[in-house]
Amino acid sequence: MIAEIGHFALILALFVAMSQAVIPAIGTRKDSPVLMNFGRRAAVVQCALLGFAFFTLTLVFVGSDFSVKLAASHSHSAKPLLYKISGVWGNHEGSILLWTVMIGIYSAVFACSKQDLPDKLRALTLACQGGLSTGFIAFILFTSNPFERLFPTPIDGNGLNPVLQDPGLAIHPPMLYLGYVGFSIAFSMAVAALILGKVDKDWAKWLRPWTMAAWSFLTLGIMLGSLWAYYELGWGGWWVWDPVENVSFMPWLLGTALIHSIMVLDRKTNLAHWTVLLAISTFSMSLIGTFVVRSGILVSVHAFAVDPARGVFILALLVAATGGALTLYALRAKTLFVPAEFERISKDGGLVLNNMLLATATFTVFLGTFYPLFIDAVKGSQISVGAPYFEATFAPIMTVLIIFMGAAPLLKWRKSNLSDLKVLRPSLILITLGIVTATVIFKTHIFAFTGLGLALYLALSSIIAIGRRTQWTAKLLAKQSVRYWGFFIAHMGVAILTTGVVSMSSWSHEAIGRLKPGDTLTNSGYEFTLQNPSTGRRENYEYLGANIRVTRAGKPVKTLYTEQRFYPVRDMVTTEAGFDFTPAVTIFAAIGEGNNDDGYIIRANYQPLVTWIWFGAFLMSMAGFISLFGGIKTADRQKGRA
Amino acid sequence: MRRFIPIIIFAIIGLAFAFGLTRDPRKLDAVLIQTPFPQFSLQSLEDPSARMTEQTLQGQVSMINIFGSWCVACNVEHPVLMDIAAREDIKLIGMNWRDERAQGQVWLAKHGNPYTEIIFDPESLLAVKLGVVGAPETFITDKTGIIRYKHIGPISPEDWTQTLKPVILELRAE
Repeated sequence: MIAEIGHFALILALFVAMSQAVIPAIGTRKDSPVLMNFGRRAAVVQCALLGFAFFTLTLVFVGSDFSVKLAASHSHSAKPLLYKISGVWGNHEGSILLWTVMIGIYSAVFACSKQDLPDKLRALTLACQGGLSTGFIAFILFTSNPFERLFPTPIDGNGLNPVLQDPGLAIHPPMLYLGYVGFSIAFSMAVAALILGKVDKDWAKWLRPWTMAAWSFLTLGIMLGSLWAYYELGWGGWWVWDPVENVSFMPWLLGTALIHSIMVLDRKTNLAHWTVLLAISTFSMSLIGTFVVRSGILVSVHAFAVDPARGVFILALLVAATGGALTLYALRAKTLFVPAEFERISKDGGLVLNNMLLATATFTVFLGTFYPLFIDAVKGSQISVGAPYFEATFAPIMTVLIIFMGAAPLLKWRKSNLSDLKVLRPSLILITLGIVTATVIFKTHIFAFTGLGLALYLALSSIIAIGRRTQWTAKLLAKQSVRYWGFFIAHMGVAILTTGVVSMSSWSHEAIGRLKPGDTLTNSGYEFTLQNPSTGRRENYEYLGANIRVTRAGKPVKTLYTEQRFYPVRDMVTTEAGFDFTPAVTIFAAIGEGNNDDGYIIRANYQPLVTWIWFGAFLMSMAGFISLFGGIKTADRQKGRA
Repeated sequence: MRRFIPIIIFAIIGLAFAFGLTRDPRKLDAVLIQTPFPQFSLQSLEDPSARMTEQTLQGQVSMINIFGSWCVACNVEHPVLMDIAAREDIKLIGMNWRDERAQGQVWLAKHGNPYTEIIFDPESLLAVKLGVVGAPETFITDKTGIIRYKHIGPISPEDWTQTLKPVILELRAE
């Protein structure tokens, strides 16, 4: 019964979304405040209905009602409660429902926000959001109904893929979706602005908080995903350039470009075209991401179920949304302002370059991800593009980007000259000397030292930028706007992340051996000793566990516990590695097959500064939130004064 | 005309996606069908001193299944293969691809071994000649060692009863 109520709520939500798409648009045309205001109420009602549908599905999972097909294939009565709940979105139907709920939430928050928007802009944005909701709810109802019943009812469920039974999964997709879907507001506002023919400073100011929120959530989501893959899949890889990772990275890159181009538009009416196109394409990348993951168009670790019907539907959604928006752009581009002039050497110029580099980086990732598909289309042969391509093409672009990231904040708006960069000279000389000396002494790793030098340069130039602005006084430092702190923290985050990436790719080591209890494996100065392996049974799996005592030059470091788990319901084996995370060095060990006589396969890893990668990404997302909430507060205060 | 550039680029991408959807990765046309199984000389997974060659496939209809301990989809397929091996009289040859010997052996020890014999191909020497794009993949050769059928992706019980088994019975009758 509860499933039918949820299904019904979803059908109602479809009708509300359709009216939200149509009525406010008519209201704009007829200049009717009543019809325009309808959009706000519809958005709230729609959000409540979607939330209710999601809630009923959660009840189905928690109550282990296996007459619902989705619960039967993805849940199991013997599963811990947390994973029953996260199981709701650990599958296709549930995750699309979650995605749609997020659109509903963003629309409702937008409808209720106190932003001082013109009525028409708000009404048209909500109409566009309603259109997106309509598409996604229809997609759920017609191709991926989560409430479908199963007869006869199975005695127990199929279980959730054990790899997905992890607290990381409980939180990673919702964050990622908050990011993906958040860009829908930017998309809808761009469409609304194109219709109204008004893309200016004010529009940029209104767009900024939504973009910032989406970007911060996406950053956090990607970071959590990377962390989850790292310790749950136990590959010791924090990023493997898998297509599914790439499609979450592309909206991030474009979103980053969008945030920076909004900064330029916010000051002058520059970059209007570019900002509108970025707003459209960032959300389109999110849609493409969904399309790729849900259609199985690219063969990846994440997908081995192919359903062409779903693919066709999402492609239709993509064509309607992106195709529609870009056609609108082609028709209305003339109404946008002609860009004002600015000097090439200026903060504006630096930001334009930053945008071009980020767009190039996106294109590179796009090409690498979809090249196999295009080659298949043209030549009919199947190839795969691996990590070497991405590393070879991505690293140089990032190098140039970091050079500009260090310089641009030191330049003035509109017109500046190279003498503004003179302050960098001492640090540049020192860093260059450092790189040369290190390379001469160690005779290897010139790229690694250059990478570390770049990270240091970025950190120093950010500090110099804030120092020069405050004339190195604490009094002025306290007066800096929250947004400026956002810039500083985010750029420091990039410097920290870069340091982590460079160290990991140059100095991490893996050792594998077959050890009998008491035997020792050595890796990068650490000794890993196998102790008392044992087997047993827990909640919903059997395990083989062991302690690995880690010492360094005889001194104890930590005892790691690792186990291999066998899940009978899914007939699957997972490895839980034992980790010792420290700010400087992360070590971990994992146990494989074996017995006391022949020994066990043990993997021991040494990974310097890997934690910096996530810490840097975390700082970036926090910088986004800080500047977002700070910005909202300042706006409120200004309104109060006015 | 510059304002039309974005929509044109998008149209091209959209067409490529639409094309991608029409390609079912399971139904790749195998170039090698009707050609003899390529020559090879590789070690057996169980016994490094034993050599296996294309001679292994001569004389009877064989099914060659490519797997690896690293392959997630093989975990899905494996129970089906165990079931087939237990119930049917069939020459099922395994090809352990891009794996480490110890890991491959351990994987079979844990999940059971449905194979009559196993070719060990860590360097993709045979896989390249066969045009393998991913694991699992399955080939069927006739009595003279000519490839007659190729299946991409995990074999489901339906694949077996509806497609693969009839092919094998037909080839045996030739």
